[in-house]
Amino acid sequence: MHVPDGFFDVPVSAGAGVVAAAGVAVCLRRARRELDDRTAPMAGLVAAFIFAVQMLNFPVAAGTSGHLLGGALAAILVGPATAVLCVAVVLLVQGFFFADGGLTALGVNITLMAIVTSVVGWTVFRLVTRSAPRSRTAVVVGSFLAALVSVPVAALAFTALFWLGGTAPIEVSSVAAAMGGVHVLIGLGEGLITALTVSSVLAVRPDLVYGARGLAAPLVLRTADGEVPVDRPAPAPAPRLGLRPVLVGGGLVALLLAGVVSFYASSAPDGLNKVAADKGFNANEKPHDFESGPLAGYGVGGIENERLSGGLAGIAGVGITVLAGGAIFYTVRRRRQDKAVV
Amino acid sequence: MTSGAESGTAVSLQVSGLAYAYPDGTQALFGVDLTITRGERVALLGPNGAGKTTLVMHLNGILTAGHGTVEVAGLPVRSDTLREIRRRVGLVFQDPDDQLFMPTVREDVAFGPANLGLRGAELDRRVRDALDRVGMLEAMDRPPHHLSFGQRRRVAVATVLAMEPEILVLDEPSSNLDPASRRELAEILRNLDVTVLMVTHDLPYALELCERSLILSEGVIAADGPTRSLLADDELLAAHRLELPYGFAPSAHPR
Amino acid sequence: MSAGHHHALYVPGDTPVHRLPPQCKLIAALGFAVAVVATPREAWGAFAVDALLLAVVAVVARIPPGMVLRRMVIEVPFVLFAVAIPFIGLGERVEVLGVSLSLPGLWAAWNILAKATLGVVASILLAATTEPRAMLLGAERLRLPSLLVQIAMFMLRYMSVILDQARRMRIARESRGFVARDIRQAPVLARSAGALFIRSYERGERVHLAMLSRGYTGQMPAVHDLPASGRQWGAAAVLPVLALTTALIARSLA
Repeated sequence: MHVPDGFFDVPVSAGAGVVAAAGVAVCLRRARRELDDRTAPMAGLVAAFIFAVQMLNFPVAAGTSGHLLGGALAAILVGPATAVLCVAVVLLVQGFFFADGGLTALGVNITLMAIVTSVVGWTVFRLVTRSAPRSRTAVVVGSFLAALVSVPVAALAFTALFWLGGTAPIEVSSVAAAMGGVHVLIGLGEGLITALTVSSVLAVRPDLVYGARGLAAPLVLRTADGEVPVDRPAPAPAPRLGLRPVLVGGGLVALLLAGVVSFYASSAPDGLNKVAADKGFNANEKPHDFESGPLAGYGVGGIENERLSGGLAGIAGVGITVLAGGAIFYTVRRRRQDKAVV
Repeated sequence: MTSGAESGTAVSLQVSGLAYAYPDGTQALFGVDLTITRGERVALLGPNGAGKTTLVMHLNGILTAGHGTVEVAGLPVRSDTLREIRRRVGLVFQDPDDQLFMPTVREDVAFGPANLGLRGAELDRRVRDALDRVGMLEAMDRPPHHLSFGQRRRVAVATVLAMEPEILVLDEPSSNLDPASRRELAEILRNLDVTVLMVTHDLPYALELCERSLILSEGVIAADGPTRSLLADDELLAAHRLELPYGFAPSAHPR
Repeated sequence: MSAGHHHALYVPGDTPVHRLPPQCKLIAALGFAVAVVATPREAWGAFAVDALLLAVVAVVARIPPGMVLRRMVIEVPFVLFAVAIPFIGLGERVEVLGVSLSLPGLWAAWNILAKATLGVVASILLAATTEPRAMLLGAERLRLPSLLVQIAMFMLRYMSVILDQARRMRIARESRGFVARDIRQAPVLARSAGALFIRSYERGERVHLAMLSRGYTGQMPAVHDLPASGRQWGAAAVLPVLALTTALIARSLA
C-alpha cells in the first residue's frame, strides 16, 4: 500500500527521487563491501523474504490485523545498507510489476519506506545495543524500540514532505499529530513482531543476525582440545548500563510529545478538532485514511472511537509507548539483576 | 574440450588423504581416498551425516581441504585453479530451485558457459545441446518455476552439462521424484557419456545406474566395490546404517 | 497489500505494444505519469484526454478492461483518503446536503483521485504488456545499476518459492488448530517469520554456491542485447508526448 501518483507535486516527487537515488547508490557501495559477490543473491532472497513477510497478517487488536513494513527488521537482520537495497527493490518491483505505488511517487516511497525506516531503525538499534551490555536481551529490546520508532518517524517524514509539496489543503500540524499518533500505535505492532522475529532467529541461527554479530564471538574459548563453548557470565548490574537506552527512548518520546503539544498550541478551531466535532464527519473513516499514508497497512479499526482528534490519539500513543518502554526496561533490568544474584 | 586427455591420464577424479573440519571445530572428513576413472558411473553411499555433502563441496573448491588433495583430471583444486576446476566439475544440487536461479531456462543453462566467455551462436549451440540431452529443449523459454519438480531437476542437470564437465556430481538425484520422473532421469543419466559421481542413499537407484559404489561412513571410505556385491552384504550395510527397501533383493534385479 | 498480489500482471500477447522494447515502454509510462502529475487539477479536459490516450493503448494492446478494473482495487485506500480530504481540509467551505465541505479540499480530492487513477492504469498497462524478464532487461538498458537489477531478478525468481514456504507454514499452523485472534498469537507468527528468514537466507547462500559452481566471479555475464530502433522510441514516445502537450496546453490556458 504505497503512495500513488498525484499526492505530491512534481518538484517534491523529483526531489525525493534524487534523494532516493543517492541513498540507494550509497547503499549499493556499502552492501557490496558487506556482502562481496554474494550481494545479488543474498539481497534478492532477503527482498523476497520481506515481500512475503509483508503479507503475513498479524492481529493488532480485537478483530483487526496488520502487516509488517520490515525496514527496521531488515536492517537488524542483514545490516542497514543491504536493508535499504532490499526494501527499495521490493518497492520498485511492486511499482513496476504490480502497479502498486505511483511511478512518480517511487522517490517518496523509497525515501520513506526504505531509507528512513532502515536508517532510523538501525540508529535506534545501535544506540540501544551500544549503551547496554552485549546480550540477547539488549538486541531484542533494541529491535523493539528500533521498529517502534522507525514507523512514526517515517510517518512524520511523510508529513514533512506533504507540507513541502502535498496537494491537499490540510493543516500540517494536524496531519503530523494524527499521523504520528496513529503510527505510534502501528509502531507498537511493528516493534513487537520485529523483536519477536529477531529473537526467534537469534535462538536458532544467531550468526545470521547482523545486529548481533558481536554477540556470538566471546562465547567460545579456544583450549588445547579445540573450541569449547562457555556460558556467558551474567553481566554486572551496573545502573549506568541500563540507563542510557531509557534516556534515548525518553528523548525520542519527548520529541514525539513535542510534536503533539505543538499541535495543540497551533491548532486552529477549524483543524481536526472542529471537523471531528462536526456531526457530518464520520469518525470511523479518518483513522483509516491517515493510516493509508505511505506507511500504513495496519487496520486499527478497533480504536476509532477514542480518536476524537488526532492529538488525542497522539497522546494515547505516546503514553502507551512510555508505559511499554518503561515496563520492558524494568523487566529487563530486573532479570539482569536476578541473573547476577544467582 | 576434455583437458584430461592433455594430462595423459584416464583418471577423472582423484581424492587422497582428504580431511576437513568446519570452522566450529566439528570434523567431518577423516582422510578420504578415492579414484574414479573416466567414463565410470560411481555411487557414493552413506547415511545422513557421513560427510557426503562436505566431500562434494571439496570437489569443486567451495570448501578447501584442511589436509590432503583433490585432483580433477590431473588438475589440483587450489585457489588459482578454481575457475578451471569449476568448469570440469559439474555439481547438481539437491534442490533444483537452488540451482535454477535465472528467470528463464535458457538463461539459466547459458549462465555457466557465458561465465566461461562463450557468446552468440556458440553459446546458443551449447544451451540447445545440453537441453536436448535431458529432453527439455521445448522448455527453453519457460521460467523454471513453471516446470514440474522432475523437469526442474533435468534442467539442473542440463545447466551443468552445458559446461561440458569432466565429471558430473549429483547430490541425491532421485530425491522427491515420482516414479516416472525417476525412471526418466535414470535413462538420461545412463545415456550420458560423462563420468558420474552420484551421492545418494537411494540404494536401488545406485544399483540401477552404477556398477561401482563407495560407502562413506564417519568421514572415511568404508567400502569400495561393485554395487551389487556391496548391496548383497547385509552386515556391511547394517554397519553403516544403510538399508534396502522392504522386499528388495539386489540379486533379483538384472542390470 | 492483499494476498494474491504476487501474481504478475503480465498478459501474454503479440500486439504492437507488447512488441515495443521494454526500455521504451518504461520511459513512456514514467513520462506519462510525470505529465499527468504536472497537469493543473482544474483542467478537466486534459485528464479526459489522458484517459482517452490510455484507453487507446489498452485497446491496441488488447488488454481486457475487466482486468484493468480489477487491478485498480489497489487504489481503494487512497480513494478513502481522498474522500476524507473535503471534510478535514482548510479554506472556504461549501454546504453539500447539509454537510460542510472544504472547497480546496474537494479540489485536492479530485486531484488525487484523477492523477492516481491515471497513474495506476498506466502502470497496469506497462506491467500487462511487458514480460517480467523483459522489464528487467529494459531497466538494465536504461543504466539502472546492474546490482539493483540483479537483486530484483533474484527477488522475482524466488518470490513464489518463499511465498509457497510461507503458505505451507500457515497451513501447518492452521492444521494444528492455530487461529490468529489477537496480539497474544504474535509470538507464533513471529516464529514463522523468523523461520522464513532463516530459510530465505540459507537459500541465498546455496544459490550463491550454485552460482560459484558455474563460474560466477561477481559479474553477471552480459549476454543480452536489446536494441531499440529510433522508430520504436518514436512509437513509444507518442503517449508521453501527447500527455505532456496536453498538460502544457492546460497550463497555458489556466
